[in-house]
Formats: sequence, C-alpha cells, structure tokens
Amino acid sequence: MNDAIAQGGPTGFETTYLKRQLKRVEREKKLVAFGLMLPALLYMVANFVVPVGVILFKSVDDRGVSTVLHRTSAAIADWAGGELPDESVYAALVADLKKSEPARTTHIAAKRLNSAKTGYQALLKQTARRVSKMDAIAPGAAKETLLGIDKRWADSAYWATIKRTANPVTPVYLLSAVDLTLNEGGDIVRSPEYMRVYNKVWVRTFWMSTIITLLCLAMGYPVAYEMAHARPRVANVMIVLVLVPFWTSLLVRTTAWVVLLQNEGVLNDFGLWAGWWAERVQLIHNRFGVYVAMSHILLPFMVLPLYAIMRRIPPDYMRAAKSLGANPLAAFLKVYVPLTRHGVGAGALFVFILAAGFYVTPELVGGSRDQMISYFIAFYADETLNWGAAAALSALLLLLTAAMFFLMNVLFGINKMKMQ
Amino acid sequence: MVFDFFFFERLWTITRRGYVVLVLFFLIVPIIAVVPLSFNAEPFFTYPMPGLSLQWYTELFSSDSWQRAIRVSFTVGLAVTVLATFLGTFAALGLTMVNFRLKALVIGLLVSPIMVPHLITGVGMFFLYAWAGVIYTIWGLILAHTVLALPFVILTVTATLANFNVNLIRAGANLGANPMRVFFRIILPLILPGVLAGAVLAFVASFDELIIAILISGADYKTIPRQMWSGVREEFSPVITAAATVLIGFSILVMGCAEALRRRITRLRGARQF
Repeated sequence: MNDAIAQGGPTGFETTYLKRQLKRVEREKKLVAFGLMLPALLYMVANFVVPVGVILFKSVDDRGVSTVLHRTSAAIADWAGGELPDESVYAALVADLKKSEPARTTHIAAKRLNSAKTGYQALLKQTARRVSKMDAIAPGAAKETLLGIDKRWADSAYWATIKRTANPVTPVYLLSAVDLTLNEGGDIVRSPEYMRVYNKVWVRTFWMSTIITLLCLAMGYPVAYEMAHARPRVANVMIVLVLVPFWTSLLVRTTAWVVLLQNEGVLNDFGLWAGWWAERVQLIHNRFGVYVAMSHILLPFMVLPLYAIMRRIPPDYMRAAKSLGANPLAAFLKVYVPLTRHGVGAGALFVFILAAGFYVTPELVGGSRDQMISYFIAFYADETLNWGAAAALSALLLLLTAAMFFLMNVLFGINKMKMQ
Repeated sequence: MVFDFFFFERLWTITRRGYVVLVLFFLIVPIIAVVPLSFNAEPFFTYPMPGLSLQWYTELFSSDSWQRAIRVSFTVGLAVTVLATFLGTFAALGLTMVNFRLKALVIGLLVSPIMVPHLITGVGMFFLYAWAGVIYTIWGLILAHTVLALPFVILTVTATLANFNVNLIRAGANLGANPMRVFFRIILPLILPGVLAGAVLAFVASFDELIIAILISGADYKTIPRQMWSGVREEFSPVITAAATVLIGFSILVMGCAEALRRRITRLRGARQF
C-alpha cells in the first residue's frame, strides 16, 4: 500500500471507493433507462399483450354452462353416465334454474347446450320458466318434478351433454378450426361432412400466400438487382417508383384495382381495343384479381430488403468469380444469389406473413372461393358474433405466423439482417 | 464467335431491363390511372373520358359523412402522433442507454404489432375495449392506433440514436448541465430528424389503418378509410376515386417528408464517419 502511495497510484481505499461510486452511477443509469422504457412497455402490455392473451383465452373458454349451472356442473362430475343421474343432480339443476331465471342468465347456458345438442335451448328455457314458478320443491322430489315437466329429462343423453359442457375449458373451438370435433363419448372425430370448411380454407390461405410470395420474388428480385447496380440517377427514379406505391395506403391501392379490373373498367376496355380478347372477360371477383392486387400491394416488401442487401455486395466478388473462370450464369447462381440469401428470406417472410393475414383485398377483389382465413375471423367477429370460433381461428393464424417466422429464421437467418 | 457472344449478352441485358421496366410499370400505373378518372364528368370508370368536372370533389368535401370522417381521422391521427412519439422516443432512449439480458425480448414485444395480423390484434382489442367501455368511442381508436404506431417511432428513433455520440452527453454534464438541460439542449436537437420522421410514420400508421377501425370504430367515429370501405362495398361512386386521389397526394406529401428526414439522418451519419 505504501508502494502504491509512493508511485502516486490510488490506494486500496480509493479503489474500492471508486468502484462503489461507479456501481452506484451504473445502477442509477439502469434505473433511469428502465424508467424511460416503462411507460411504453406498460402501454404495450395493456393494449397489445392483453388483447392477444384474451384471444388465446377465448379460444378455449367455455364457462357458459359451468357458471350458470354451477351446482349441476359440480354434482354431475361424479356421475359415470349410462343410467340416469341420481336425485342430487336433479336437485342441483332445480336449484340452479331457480337462481338463473330471475338473474336472466338461463339463455347463456341454453345457447351453449343447444350448440352441443339441438333442442336443448327450448327444453332448458321452458323447464326454467316452470321451475321458477313453483314453490320450494320437497327434498327428494326434484327428479319427479323435472320428469313431470319434460320427458326428455329421463333421457341420459341430455345429462351427458351437461356433463360434457360443464368443463370451463374446451378444446372444441380449436378442434373445429381444423374440422374436428368431440363425439358424445368425448373422443376426437372428424366434423360432420357439411361442417368441414376450414381445412380447405387453411390450405387455400397457405397456397395463395405461397403463390403471391413467389410472384413477388419473381418480380422483385430483378427489380432490386437493377436498382442496386444502376447509375445513381436511374436508381433514384426506380426507388421513387417503388416507394410511391409503398406509401399509398392499402385500401387506396385495392380501390384502384377494383376500378381498373371492373367489367366496364380500364383494363377490360384496353384489352378489347388492343385485341387481346374479343369480348369482355372476368378480371375481378376471382383468383386472378386477388393475385394481381395482392402481389402489387406486397411487391415493395420484397424489393426493399433485397435492395438493401444487394447494394452492399461488393462487385469484386462477381469479378473474382468470373476471372476464376465461372461463366456469368454460374457466377450469378453460385456467388451472387447465396449472398442475397438473407434478403430473400426477409422479403419472403414479410410477404408471406402479411399475405396470410390479408382481409381487405381478397374481400374487395376476390370472389367467395378466394377468401382466406381472415375472412372467416372477420365474419365471426363482426357479423355473427361467434367469439369462440373467431378466437380459435385467430389463435391458429397467430401460430402459423409464428411458425413461419421461426422456419424462415432457421432457413435464412433473418436476425442477421439489419433493416436499415 | 466473339460477335455472337456480345450479341446474346446485349440481347439478355435488353430483355432483363425490359422486364424490370414492365414490373415498375405494373407498380405505378394503377395508382396513376385512378387520378384522372376522379375528374370524369360522367360516373364511368374508363377512358376516354367524355368531359372534365370537379363534381366528385365537391361531393366529397360537402358530404356530411365524409366531413365527419375527415375530422375523426385527423383528430385520432394527431392524438396518436403525440402519444406514440412521447412513449416511443423515451423507450428508444432507454433501450439505447443500457444492455440487459431480456433486451431482445423487450424490443421484440415493442415492435411485434407490425408482424401480428391486424385483424387478430383488432379482435383482441374488441374484447378488451368492450369490457373497458371504450369501444365505439374515439378514445378506443386512439388507444388502438397508438399500438400500431409505436413500433415505427421506436425503430426510427433507435436507428437515429445508434449513431449518437455518447461523449456529447458526458461533455454536457461535465460542463455543468443537469440531465434535463442535457436532454433538451444536446440530445433532442441531434435526434430531432429521427423523432420527426417517427412522428410522421406514426401519423400515417393511424391515418391509413382500416381493419381495427372496422372492428372498433362503430357508426359514430368512422375514419376516412372506414368511410371509403363502406363506399367500395356498398355503392361504388366516383366520389371514391376523388377520395383515393386526395389520399394518394396526401401520402406522397407526408411520406416524402419522412423520407427526406430519413435521408438527412443517413447523411449526418455519413458525415460523422470522416
């Protein structure tokens, strides 16, 4: 220590003091930083994480029967099926209905039960009305009373339905989003023929997104290439031509395509005039219209990341490949294309994920057979108010999006690409 | 056969460039083609036009529902801009100041609304806002659009801060400025182009948003895109093309500003490397 003083260096005491000071300053800095981040984080949690969480929750939520008929749900848990449940279950149902009728909640359970077994809505509502008008029922007489109101209470299938829907969590919505359902015994089976719609739509969503991604790649790659290797003035013009559509809102561009593709529209007239077709052809409300409009809208998402990558590829690499004897095509395929791998991945990811979630454009320029999964989400959420179905389809679409993200990351290493 | 080789190479170059010109044509023509149709004297959507008139613009700006939509869109857009710019700029500052283990997760969370399909976000918000009682109000729209706008502010300001010389803060503090003074006199003027660009992008994110507006705006607070959506679906009148033309002009103006600001940032960055 004396040596240290002699050499003019810090003493041990001073070192620990300085270290402590530094730590304190670092801690303060961290606190300030977190303080700055906190409002945005809390905002996102409240307005984004919670809503998405609510969707995941709603996709398995089935509390209709278990809350309204909570005594019955508890009592029926011990019932093994087969024969009719014993008196205590009947008594529990009577007690539940006596409570739910004045509270006006019977219809919630009735609706849910009806979706599992048709006719249940009328049965439950009628029973509830009758039960609520009766005075207290003598102990042991509940079964007799209910059988007196409706013979169906002597059919164990109706009780099995209550038992099946009594669980507050259900896989039914998620299952039906892939055309599966539960049978009376609780096994997973395929939905009845007339209800099998979604698998077709999932395949269609995947297929259309893939086609659009490929179209964008086929159009975007050459454009980005020319843009990256053109003279600055030409490149600037090209960038403007890509950015102006990129800046224009999706709805405006979709509207433009509706105007152009109409039967009495510009493109149809032009085709007639130019002799491409002899009579008017259908260009809108079919798959062709959707592909044209969607690849137009998504093309900039392919061009911009490709351009960002290509601009940074030094020309020396291609020159080296050629001077080592590669012909232009081999040099391009073996040197240039692999260097653009991250850009292709990022562009394809953007286009695919955005396409898979598209709603507005297919709705306006597509026909009924060109609608993707989002159409059904919007249909259930905005028109029929079937929240379980809307939530289950959303949850699966979210899963598809996340899966694509990880797949693309593994294949192309998007994380390595900085978007700037 | 040297001659042949060059001939094919030139032919290939011409084909390639021709293809690129066609693709660029495909990109820009739909947007340009709509503009003249909005001045058509007759309610048709094709050329040649029988005459010119401003009647669709008169109808657009004099109709009650469109006027309302314009008011709603600007009110929501400006409120979203202010909210998102404040939240986003501070978050970006905080994120640049420190490194911590979960930083990637935090950034991922803050920017993920860009990647999650808006319809899903919107359905979730519908549940939440219905429960909170702000559905079908202007407040719900502001809250929802801020979620979509925030990532743009965070990304833009973070990119600007990446080239920020931290020594300037130390120099300011060393010369006796308190943290507030350092922020307002040193940090803010230097990152201002980035903040402004972020603010513009935030405004546009709200101004152009349609899907969430369909779900949560209700009949009383239709935004411009929402109003246009009803128009396209119900009765397709040339007023729509007039509205589209106004919006095209507006986005070119606004996004042009954002792009100019962004280039200014890049230029500043370039200059600092020397």
